[in-house]
Amino acid sequence: MITIKELGFSYGSNVVLKDISLNLEEGRIYGLLGENGVGKTTLLTLLAGLKKTTSGTIDIDGRNPFDRQPSLLSNIYYLPDEVPAPRRAAIGFARDNGQYWEKFDLTKFSEIMKVLDTDENQRMDHMSYGQLKKTMISFALATNARYMFMDEPTNGLDIPSKAQFRKAVSKYTSDESTLLISTHQARDLEAIIDPIIILDRQDVLLNASIGEITEKLYFDYGTEIDPDALYSEMVPGGCIQVTPNPSGAESKVNIEALFNAVLLHKSEIKEMFNK
Amino acid sequence: MEFNQNKPIYLQIADGISERILSGELKEGDRILSVRELGGELGVNPNTAMRSYEKLTADGIIYNQRGIGYFVAEGAKKIALDRMRAEFLQDELPQILRKMELLEIKPSDYLK
Repeated sequence: MITIKELGFSYGSNVVLKDISLNLEEGRIYGLLGENGVGKTTLLTLLAGLKKTTSGTIDIDGRNPFDRQPSLLSNIYYLPDEVPAPRRAAIGFARDNGQYWEKFDLTKFSEIMKVLDTDENQRMDHMSYGQLKKTMISFALATNARYMFMDEPTNGLDIPSKAQFRKAVSKYTSDESTLLISTHQARDLEAIIDPIIILDRQDVLLNASIGEITEKLYFDYGTEIDPDALYSEMVPGGCIQVTPNPSGAESKVNIEALFNAVLLHKSEIKEMFNK
Repeated sequence: MEFNQNKPIYLQIADGISERILSGELKEGDRILSVRELGGELGVNPNTAMRSYEKLTADGIIYNQRGIGYFVAEGAKKIALDRMRAEFLQDELPQILRKMELLEIKPSDYLK
């Protein structure tokens, strides 16, 4: 369980995060969405203990990640957007570095590498960006860490790899692991992220499960625009719109439309979900 | 897996399993994939797969044997058939009829 209370972080006089409060429950795969520059990466690095909060607290299983206790860090994995390329074969890298994580499983690493169609015997500095990224995704999942923070993991992946990523995340994580995945590519992760967190400049606009979202909002794919729609957009063959959902009808969340609706109606959405 | 736009994913997955029971591909008493296996197969959140199984369990189409897994229930085919027929008549048929009217297609032209 992660509890973030009134978190603030600044680079000098540049305030990045302010008054962020958020709870992350165990065993979920959270999607972290937000416009460019709202502090998604900063939040992930704070959670991983790489930066010190300017104000407020982060509590992970009763501990502060910035204290960097090995027993906690051996259960946290942070996958940055840009990963370094060691001058050695992937399998050797995994064998030597995996030992720092309490539940690392080398067999699992090899298995996921196969699923992601990446050669574990290839030198990492000879890999393409996408192959390197897939190697580090395999490593991340093989740590079996209780908390995995991934920054834009689908960046640089080709189209089949994106689908394989979703499958691997679902199959190779356990109910004991909590994932927080930041992305701009909402479509890449549609169907795999639940709950969804939408971060704004210095605010959390939404932290709700797909079930809660569809209870409160209705996603309509039709031909007539509803005047009460919170967001609507013409698409080939009709329109997609997001409306309040007083009747409780079930629909399928469209993450892009959700994101736009939330940004257009910040206070209304916050109030709707805080009830 | 490509999902259609209107229906929640967990219901589409439940429909897919029901259809496999109707076609005979899954038989009563057969064991079905675990929640994680299904999530991995389809690339969906395990929680979504769980919701599909909860729905199918509530409908009496599958059951959970604790610690062993999920199985197709006895009488599942009948239940799935009744439920999917009712849904078809309520949701899909009116749309088909509306479109037929728009295109000036009469059932008698095609149905013998």
